[in-house]
Amino acid sequence: MFAYYLDLALRSFRANPLLTGLMVLALGLGIGASMTTLTVYHVLSADPLPGRSERLYQVQLDAGSLAYYRPGAEPEEQLTRLDAQTLLAEAQAPRQAMMSGGQVILQGPDDKQEPRSSDVRYTSADFFAMFGLPFQYGGPWSAADDAAHARQVVISRELNEVLFGGGDSTGKTLRVQDTEMRVVGVLAAWRLTPHFYDLNTGDYGKTEGLYLPFSTSRDLELPRSGSMNCWGKDHIVDPLALDVPCVWIQYWVELGDAAAVQRYRDYLNAYSERQRSAGRFERPPNVRLRNVPEWLAFRQVVPGDVKLQLWLALGFLLVCLTNTVGLLLAKCLRGAPQIGVRRALGASRKAIFAQHLVEALAIGLAGGLLGLLLAWLGLLGVRHNPASYAELAQLDLPMLAATLAVSLLASLAAGLLPAWRAAQVAPALQLKSQ
Amino acid sequence: MDLLPILATLKRHKTAAGLIVLQVALTCAIVCNALFLITQRVERIAEPSGLADQELVAISTTGVGPSQNPEAQTREDLQALRAVPGVQHVSIINQIPYGGQISVSGVRLQPDENSAGPSAANYSAAEGWLQTLGLKLVAGRDFDATEYLDDKTLSENPDTKVPALVINRSLAERLFPGANPIGQKVYGLGGGATQIVGVVEQLISPHPGGNEEMNRYSMVMPVRQSFRGGAYMLRCAPQDRERVLKAGVAALDKTGPGRILRQQKLLSEMRDDYYAADRNMVRLLVGVCLALMVVTAFGIVGLASFWVQQRTRMIGTRRALGATRGQILRYFQAENFLLSAAGIAIGMLGAYGISLLLMQSYEMPRLPWSYLPAGALVLWALGQLAVLAPARRAAALPPVAALRS
Repeated sequence: MFAYYLDLALRSFRANPLLTGLMVLALGLGIGASMTTLTVYHVLSADPLPGRSERLYQVQLDAGSLAYYRPGAEPEEQLTRLDAQTLLAEAQAPRQAMMSGGQVILQGPDDKQEPRSSDVRYTSADFFAMFGLPFQYGGPWSAADDAAHARQVVISRELNEVLFGGGDSTGKTLRVQDTEMRVVGVLAAWRLTPHFYDLNTGDYGKTEGLYLPFSTSRDLELPRSGSMNCWGKDHIVDPLALDVPCVWIQYWVELGDAAAVQRYRDYLNAYSERQRSAGRFERPPNVRLRNVPEWLAFRQVVPGDVKLQLWLALGFLLVCLTNTVGLLLAKCLRGAPQIGVRRALGASRKAIFAQHLVEALAIGLAGGLLGLLLAWLGLLGVRHNPASYAELAQLDLPMLAATLAVSLLASLAAGLLPAWRAAQVAPALQLKSQ
Repeated sequence: MDLLPILATLKRHKTAAGLIVLQVALTCAIVCNALFLITQRVERIAEPSGLADQELVAISTTGVGPSQNPEAQTREDLQALRAVPGVQHVSIINQIPYGGQISVSGVRLQPDENSAGPSAANYSAAEGWLQTLGLKLVAGRDFDATEYLDDKTLSENPDTKVPALVINRSLAERLFPGANPIGQKVYGLGGGATQIVGVVEQLISPHPGGNEEMNRYSMVMPVRQSFRGGAYMLRCAPQDRERVLKAGVAALDKTGPGRILRQQKLLSEMRDDYYAADRNMVRLLVGVCLALMVVTAFGIVGLASFWVQQRTRMIGTRRALGATRGQILRYFQAENFLLSAAGIAIGMLGAYGISLLLMQSYEMPRLPWSYLPAGALVLWALGQLAVLAPARRAAALPPVAALRS
């Protein structure tokens, strides 16, 4: 029966090529626009570290002065250096890392090579295990190296290619801002999107090329970048010094279950209280602990324009669908005499209904394929954008399947009303009017 | 023209009529809001910087190791850049409009440390900045030679007094509404009071376009940066820019070899890059609006053609009874007008609803009322245009058509 309905549908398409073309085009445009924007949204809102992100928590303390105090207001997103170093030393979570970003000048082993600038992350030993950085050669430095302010670095796969021509470079040296440092690890391909542990140094951009101990970076006064906020009455000569009221350190901990989170929250509150009685903190304890999904939602990382484009495309799809319903209806009713003949010859209402649904599905399939082509073109366009997320916009298998599913569902929905109207055609009336 | 027969006919085609109304309503709601979004983006892109955008190039460098005397190196650099053929003015500033980074300070009107004041982008600039950047001074004066100090002095001793300040008009209006800002004192920049000596017509924030204070207010301090913290700005004739940029980079390489270029760009390019996402969004919105209208128009054409075909007998009968071609044409036009009107009425409510949603999630201002009649006119015109061809076909039907079918 299905083959017969399909044959009928194709005949009807041939009889109305313009109307059919119009429906396929409208549906294809709607699907193409929706799938392009949906893919971008899907890529940008995806879990950056599946299986891990629920356990990683960002720590916020309220170290601000009473000058601008509002009870319960959001505390600073970063920590002061003293708080971060104290929390790290007290090590109350299974794993914890303090960090800041920067940009340094690098010189490889070959003196003839031009010095180059690279993004760097100054952090502590647990960082690599917490964020699941894959190593190609060697491994991370240890907590002992942190304490020893070791001149050691971990480099990305790309930097290894550029500086050492690939291969196992552990044990080799490079110069960071004119200081010799030893490579202890080379990462395998790794990119974190979004760059959630420090959203101030790019959100969907490339991940750092170089990692070195935070303690070492302060020893050598390496340049830092990212956001910094200072307060207080005293003028601050060096905002990077240990005990100054400036926040610029990101602090992350890894915690197991809800009980562990509660224990850590209690610890942070107790820590804040201790700092207050010691006269360092002026405000009552006000801590935040957000895991990665909560943090990304709080910071509204997915660009507003991307969401706006998604809604716009869905609205467009809705108009295209309404359009398809109208045109299908016109086509069905125009074919009412034939339906009357088929009904008179014994076709049941159900058969007529099914026949028209098959017709709608065929249009949906054609529209879906056209939509797929348009989405592919659309994503090609997105990748040529200057936006930091541009190169991430790729059609993957789930989105491919989703495109076809959406177009079939959409056409089915669009076909229901016309098919039902077609099934209502009474055989006798149509024959009489001929 | 009698509308009752039209309404009576439409009553018998409720579904098809409803679909057209729905489509017009959706299109109207989306197009009204999209037009408003487009206007907002275009305004943002068009915001003047106050600078001579077409005559400026920026070069910034950084050293590999610790430099012995960055201040002396900077003086030497400036001299070398001044000697580059085609260069009219040179200065060094700490941050560039559209440069991607922004440095902000709070300005207070009282000496009290706990008093609050607006945050403004704080530019610091060396001698010759006004001529180099091409800013327009509307009140007061430029800094005089004795007022400039080195950034090093300020960072080594933050209590150093910054004697003078030039602010932009927005900040002047925010700090001293209705009063003359010249000679007024502000606090919070260095130690003690800083006197406002000048107001520039417009000086855009390094990071313009947002809703925060730092996106609107800016000020300039007479503080000389060294090459490590600042960017050289070179002003020249528009056609010389590429050449001056190259020659400038070469000159810096000669005075201080081994440095790394952080940036070498035309200001106009930086501006274009800064607004690239907004321009993209405008193109996208225009594209979607056009596509929406085309799809809606074809929907109207399709259904109207169907109706014409279905009513062949009725049209033939009316023609045989004496109706003119014009009357038949106007019948279909009036029908479309009614359907569009219903769609537009619902669409306006929808437009308002979408606007409320946008206000909630994107901090957008409310959709101005003027966009509603604009959207209505667009959709009425679209409907009339789309129905023209089917209506003309109907009008061309001969009276005998009624007898033939």
